[in-house]
Amino acid sequence: MEALSSLIGGFSVLADPMNIVYMFVGITLGVLIGVLPGLGGANGVAILLPLTFSMTPVSAIIMLSSIYWGALFGGAITSILFNIPGEPWSVATTFDGHPMAQKGKAGEALTGAFTGSFIGAFFAVLLITFLAPVIAKFALQFGPAEFFAVYLLTFCSFVGMGKEPPFKVIAAMMLGFALAAVGIDTVTGQLRMTFGSVELLRGFDFLVAVIGLFGVGEILLTMEEGLAFKGKSASINARVVFQTWAKLPKYWVGCLRSAIVGCWMGVTPGGATPASFMSYGLAKKFSKNGRNFGKGELEGVVMPEVAAHAAGTSALLPMLTLGIPGSPTAAVLLGGLLIWGLQPGPLLFVEQKDFVWGLIASIYLGNIAGLIVVLTTVPIFAAILRIPFSVIAPIILVICAVGAYTVHNAGLDIAVMLIFGVIGYLFKKLNYPLAPLVLALVLGDMAESSFRQAMLVSQGNLSIFWSNPLVGSIVTLALVMLFWPIIGAVMQRLRPGGEKPAAAE
Amino acid sequence: MTDHAHGDHATDSTEKTVTNRTMDVVVALAFMGLAAVVMSDSWRIGARWASDGPEAGYFPFYVGLLMFIASAGTLATALFTKHPDLGNFVDRSQLKSVMQVLVPTCIYVGLIFVLGIYLASAIFIAFFMWWLGKYPIAKIIPVSIGVPLMLFMMFEVWFLVPLPKGPLETALGY
Repeated sequence: MEALSSLIGGFSVLADPMNIVYMFVGITLGVLIGVLPGLGGANGVAILLPLTFSMTPVSAIIMLSSIYWGALFGGAITSILFNIPGEPWSVATTFDGHPMAQKGKAGEALTGAFTGSFIGAFFAVLLITFLAPVIAKFALQFGPAEFFAVYLLTFCSFVGMGKEPPFKVIAAMMLGFALAAVGIDTVTGQLRMTFGSVELLRGFDFLVAVIGLFGVGEILLTMEEGLAFKGKSASINARVVFQTWAKLPKYWVGCLRSAIVGCWMGVTPGGATPASFMSYGLAKKFSKNGRNFGKGELEGVVMPEVAAHAAGTSALLPMLTLGIPGSPTAAVLLGGLLIWGLQPGPLLFVEQKDFVWGLIASIYLGNIAGLIVVLTTVPIFAAILRIPFSVIAPIILVICAVGAYTVHNAGLDIAVMLIFGVIGYLFKKLNYPLAPLVLALVLGDMAESSFRQAMLVSQGNLSIFWSNPLVGSIVTLALVMLFWPIIGAVMQRLRPGGEKPAAAE
Repeated sequence: MTDHAHGDHATDSTEKTVTNRTMDVVVALAFMGLAAVVMSDSWRIGARWASDGPEAGYFPFYVGLLMFIASAGTLATALFTKHPDLGNFVDRSQLKSVMQVLVPTCIYVGLIFVLGIYLASAIFIAFFMWWLGKYPIAKIIPVSIGVPLMLFMMFEVWFLVPLPKGPLETALGY
């Protein structure tokens, strides 16, 4: 059990009391971010990233990942009490969570949601603990062709598994790649798409893009909906918590199912949002109380939360082992690793053992800490939501501007952020996905250089992508994913009256 | 941004702006234009296959090409579908709300370059609370001064990250 001993080593990293303090600060900030509209896991971490430059990488990643866990927890509070999903992945939680709150069972719904989140995260971190070292060891043998194949699979999965029209997914993704290419070409040193501008030499930083797309864009959308916070009051006491916990064990089959769905969607970049919807749909289909879903069933609150948290957590698995993030927030964390001088990927498990296992151990502790924090502080966060939007909105916009500036100490980035904000608003309205754009912007350079290295090895022969069974099967799988919308449509036509094929398989 | 050519008179005419289809076409055309720029610049620096492998413009050229094809697909879908989405892209009142945030934010970003981020933020928050929230001065002052002050403490004092400053901070000796 090599993984277990490494994990114990990881916990010893956490013995530093400062790291525990950072963890609690991170969780609290994360819940706050999750509760406020316009601030979410991805842009919240992006804004706070520059503040961690003076910390050690271990402390910094503990704090930033704790913000992520906190944001995952926090989204449920607004969904249940205010019927406003604080995060996209908590939309499914509103279906049953808010009806429960209206019936006066807000405490029960919140306890169910938080505990569900915890179960999902715990399942996913077990997966990371035992699977990550194996994958990392395996990936050590990867050459550029294999890495490019994995990148290809990542991007093709967006086309195959996204809910959005495939053409729009590809267009958004290519926009990300094109923006990533702006600036100095890393291989030949040539200038690309700078059009003689000095400002464009730096290229586009994805952190600025994330803050604009998710932060400013979200504020504009919220403004359009003209929402007024009219929430239910929340009170959680120990009795409600224990009563709810007593009900949970009978949902174990559903929890397991949701956790598996979540982990699958998290590792492949499906993401937490589709995972939560899929899990809700499956629970509705299989549960004995399926008919009551939507009217305030505890099960309908727990299941999407389990899946969302499992997906959010397991998104770190491909990031740590292969250097390919499974979600925009994981992408931001990856950006952090690069800034601290750590190259994510299989070598991380060999060269930075303390760092990797400290992070994994902090996921265990962070989720326990998160559960305690949210269960005890819900009324405070609910009170924050009562602050009117006309006060919160300008403050969030100011924070976004500060965040965009601090990435490179460049004033122009604030204007760039604003442009990305408008793009984010338009894209959301027209059903263009944001996640592929962000991931392409992050991974563009790496995907390109692995492609060019592979081409150098093979002297320009594309057959290198089928040169051995491993790379061949990944590339083939990627192509199946890419053409899945067509394959799926053909299969549906061949089976008249047949059910729509499940997207995850 | 009004467009009466695609008029769908079933919806309330006072709330009409443009249809979703029109916006889809506009954005797809913008994508295609951008793709053309990407392709032409990549072609300029060399997008072919040199003796030592792909040239610098090779990868971006095909990125641009794919973007062009995909957006042409979106364009064709929007134009030739049997069930075009003629729903309203954004209601007039909604657009007004969005502009109420967007326009002041643009001015705010401009002000940052002149006044520095702290003073600009104070003015921005105060304006927002006064204009949209209709708050009394007694509530506006503490929030609009408190938030930038907290940012100042956090960034300049604790974490030693400098933010853009203007004449006011210079006068105060920062």
